[in-house]
Amino acid sequence: MADGTGGTGAGEHLSAAAEDLGFSSKAEVLAKSQKFWNPGKTRFWMGTGVDLVIDRREGYYLYDMSGKRLIDVHLNGGTYNLGHRNPEVVRAVTAAMGHFDIGNHHFPSMARTALAEALVRSAPPGLTKVVYGSGGGEAIDIALKTARHVTKKRKIVSIIKAYHGHTGLAVATGDERFSELFLADRPEEFPHVPFNDLAAMEDALRGRDVAAVIMETIPATYGFPLPEPGYLEAVKALCERYDALYIADEVQTGLMRTGELWGITKHGIDPDILVTGKGISGGMYPIAAVLLSERCAGWLTEDGFGHISTFGGAELGCIAALKALEICDRPETRSMVHYIADAVGSGLRDIQQTYPDWFVGIRQNGVVMGLEFDHPQGATYVMRRLYEGGVWAIFSTLDPRVLQYKPGILLSADQCEELLMRTATAIGRARDDAARDGWRGGSPARRTTGTATAAAAPVPPAASGVSTDADGAYVTTRNGRRVPVRTTVPVRKAVTR
Amino acid sequence: MTSGLLDGPFGDAVLTEPAGVPRGRAMLERAEWAARAFARYDLATVDRVVRAAAAAGAAHADEFARRAVEETGFGVAEHKRLKNLACSTGLLEAYAGHDYVSVRVDHESKIVEIPRPAGVVLALTPSTNPVATVYFKILLSLMTRNAVVVCPHPLARSVCADAARVMAEAAVAAGAPDGCVQWVGEPSVPLLNALMTDERTDVVVATGGVQVVRAAYRSGNPAIGVGPGNVPVLVDATADLAAAARRIVDSKSFDNSVLCTNESVLLVEDAVADAFVKALGRAGAHLLTDDERDRVRDLLFPGGVFDTSCVGRDAVTLAGRAGVRVPAGTRVLLAPFDLVVPEEPLAHEKLCPVLGLVRVPTARSGIDAARAVLRISGAGHSAAVHSTDPATILAFGAAVRVLRVSVNTGASLGGSGLETNLAPTMTIGTGFFGRSSVGENLEPRHLVNHTRLAWNADPAVTMPDVTAATGSVWAPPTGPVPAYPHASNTSEAADVLRAAGAGVPAVPREPLSAESADLREEVRRMVVAELRRIVEG
Ligand SMILES: Cc1ncc(COP(=O)(O)O)c(C=O)c1O
Repeated sequence: MADGTGGTGAGEHLSAAAEDLGFSSKAEVLAKSQKFWNPGKTRFWMGTGVDLVIDRREGYYLYDMSGKRLIDVHLNGGTYNLGHRNPEVVRAVTAAMGHFDIGNHHFPSMARTALAEALVRSAPPGLTKVVYGSGGGEAIDIALKTARHVTKKRKIVSIIKAYHGHTGLAVATGDERFSELFLADRPEEFPHVPFNDLAAMEDALRGRDVAAVIMETIPATYGFPLPEPGYLEAVKALCERYDALYIADEVQTGLMRTGELWGITKHGIDPDILVTGKGISGGMYPIAAVLLSERCAGWLTEDGFGHISTFGGAELGCIAALKALEICDRPETRSMVHYIADAVGSGLRDIQQTYPDWFVGIRQNGVVMGLEFDHPQGATYVMRRLYEGGVWAIFSTLDPRVLQYKPGILLSADQCEELLMRTATAIGRARDDAARDGWRGGSPARRTTGTATAAAAPVPPAASGVSTDADGAYVTTRNGRRVPVRTTVPVRKAVTR
Repeated sequence: MTSGLLDGPFGDAVLTEPAGVPRGRAMLERAEWAARAFARYDLATVDRVVRAAAAAGAAHADEFARRAVEETGFGVAEHKRLKNLACSTGLLEAYAGHDYVSVRVDHESKIVEIPRPAGVVLALTPSTNPVATVYFKILLSLMTRNAVVVCPHPLARSVCADAARVMAEAAVAAGAPDGCVQWVGEPSVPLLNALMTDERTDVVVATGGVQVVRAAYRSGNPAIGVGPGNVPVLVDATADLAAAARRIVDSKSFDNSVLCTNESVLLVEDAVADAFVKALGRAGAHLLTDDERDRVRDLLFPGGVFDTSCVGRDAVTLAGRAGVRVPAGTRVLLAPFDLVVPEEPLAHEKLCPVLGLVRVPTARSGIDAARAVLRISGAGHSAAVHSTDPATILAFGAAVRVLRVSVNTGASLGGSGLETNLAPTMTIGTGFFGRSSVGENLEPRHLVNHTRLAWNADPAVTMPDVTAATGSVWAPPTGPVPAYPHASNTSEAADVLRAAGAGVPAVPREPLSAESADLREEVRRMVVAELRRIVEG
């Protein structure tokens, strides 16, 4: 068992990979990570008790450098939908490396064309062409640029606490925390409206000066609050009424995670633009894609060089994506996702019966799940206990009450049982931790089924968990002691998704 | 990296796995989910599922019989239709009232038996009896709450896929879990090997050639494999010759001899041999001259090896191909030879209506000859005897190395239980003689184990009456399995929960005090420390 203190140096068993990279201990990696890479992030995790340096990875398991094994239900938002180093994807990419490389992005290519055709065939009707990016953010930028080109309007409406990536345009659609940091906020061009608020949406669109509404089908970084039944459909109707495009960000909800290949089809919506990323890479080679309707695809004929990206649509990425798409779209996979969603959903409801005052809500659509706790930092407590108990799930950056819980779509029945058992224990222990920190389960036991309400909005830093106060950042340790985190970056502002 | 490219469970092997294998593994994974759900079903639902699947199979019995003959070129459509019916609604009748689901309580022995299905059955089905075997293995699996993945012989893959699909759809519509019946669309040897050795396969039920069956046993997974037959038939001087002749010709020509229980070599007591051959002639058999016999032998066994293009062809066609003139309507070719030895090709299994004929001086020497037939192949499989002398019949049964003997009846439908009271089957267990794990005709109970709850045998200990509790061990599904993943805030999701009887929040736990939480943490730590001491000893 790992003791949670990180590497011990002498006598530590190192993987061949660690040795090949010249490291002699985990502590050395952590020290150099702060020195040469990202001190804020590195210290943030050390401070929260999640002292993870991912070494080996296999299927849905991650291994810390210490050898500690974790079941991954973070999956980097679905990047590892098919598991880490999925053998089929590895095989496809390995074979492709005997022939392809990144390719020349200016020329027609077999791999890009084959993937584009496969994506178009898989997608809701009306989407006919594909543009590639090297990551989700770039793909979102392409979508937004396209919308502006098509409509000759500038405004993009997004949801408060939406997350569409951190590239030039995408970052402006998201939380001010990230746009203001780099002076990239442009409120006049990027109005934000509350989620599940149709009146606000209509107000934003009424002037007919909006190019597009961009929507995550379920806002991930906000903790997966579910769209109220009919909400997305009504937004789409408003878009049509006020001549705005509907952009479906399916980066976290696509690729069978909701039990259908594209989550948006469960709403019967044919978007003007659909963006996919993360899982489409198979977790092996970065790639993202934008699917455009014929109306939106005009610029590809007008000026095919309109968006240039050397790595966008890299051919090895296309091969990985073709395989990932094929696996996701199998009838066997769809069936398994329904089984997994059913098993994990009912297992979580059982756990909830045990701790109804603490574990107050389950937001679920397929294997996209947000677990709500009755504490402003509830998910941080649970995350820490899960980590200790061999499960890696991450809190929602923009609503730390909610734990993002994202099981893989190929999990076995045994793995689901094991995951649930570990989860039950961690949730119970986290409840004890919170109680030790003063939580009294005061709010009347309320169970929700996932719709975000005004009450679900994030609350100010609480008196426990990872937080900040006048003395600077501190963490609350397992036994309730407050330990300062020596960092110049406020820890609450760590970026996670 | 200094290690191999992949350090996973399959290692670098996945890099060279043929196309189609990953998809096959996905089927097993889906089947595992289905099997988990199915294993909790109650008897009434299982009955409904089995009835629906059997009815759907029967409705297509004729169509699939014709298609099987078209696709494989083997057999007789009308006979295949009969087998398809026997293996759909016929099985239903044969096992009506059987129960592989309910918990059984034996108060006397103080033992309670809980049926536990195997899980995922990998069913290999042959080209000779394609649809009937697919039906058979699916229905056995459904009766026992197993999930099944059918891997048909490539020669019959299209009709087998449709046969499996028809039963799968009917089963799921009747409430069976999604994916409990699946089939491989593009069977191949590497795929078969991968599925047989995959740890998600709980039992391989292999019907087919020796190689496939031996591979099943080598797989490392539990396997029920049944190999080829080579059926000796003794006709002694006491037999009712006319009846025996009729039955043998009917049986040997049934579906052009593709059932592995079909007659291979007739051993006829000399005293009645001439009369019996005449009787066979009247029943539709044609006795080949020595020259004709040699030509038929050359046709069937070019270079000494059986030519599979002869499988399941009718007698007239075969005679034509051998350049032998026979009367129209000839149903069986009788090929006389002297000695049952391995170098005589006609003493080997012949899946076509060519029947070896050997004269034996006595019934006793006929039994010896029958043993010789089985030394060549078919040990553990089937034999037949036509006699009215109980002593001969018993001596035959006690000496010949087979596990079923059809007595005064055709071997094709006798050994397979369609004309006898043996279990009706498309899978003949060849037992220890035939290096198989099952020595009987495969039937549903072979696919279930039982968990036995055993109380202390001491008469002073009484077992409580658990009968009332047995009813609630299994339950019917409350909707489609699995439920469709509606978003949790929709009314559809609420409906699913309501149907499942869930959704009643428990009484909230007492709010914690910091002290009690601390105490619990303390206790937990003590327990962990204690355990560690024990483990580290
Ligand atoms: C919904 C959504 N859209 C877009 C992105 C941006 O993707 P990337 O990080 O690949 O730029 C993310 C990343 O978390 C996301 O969750």
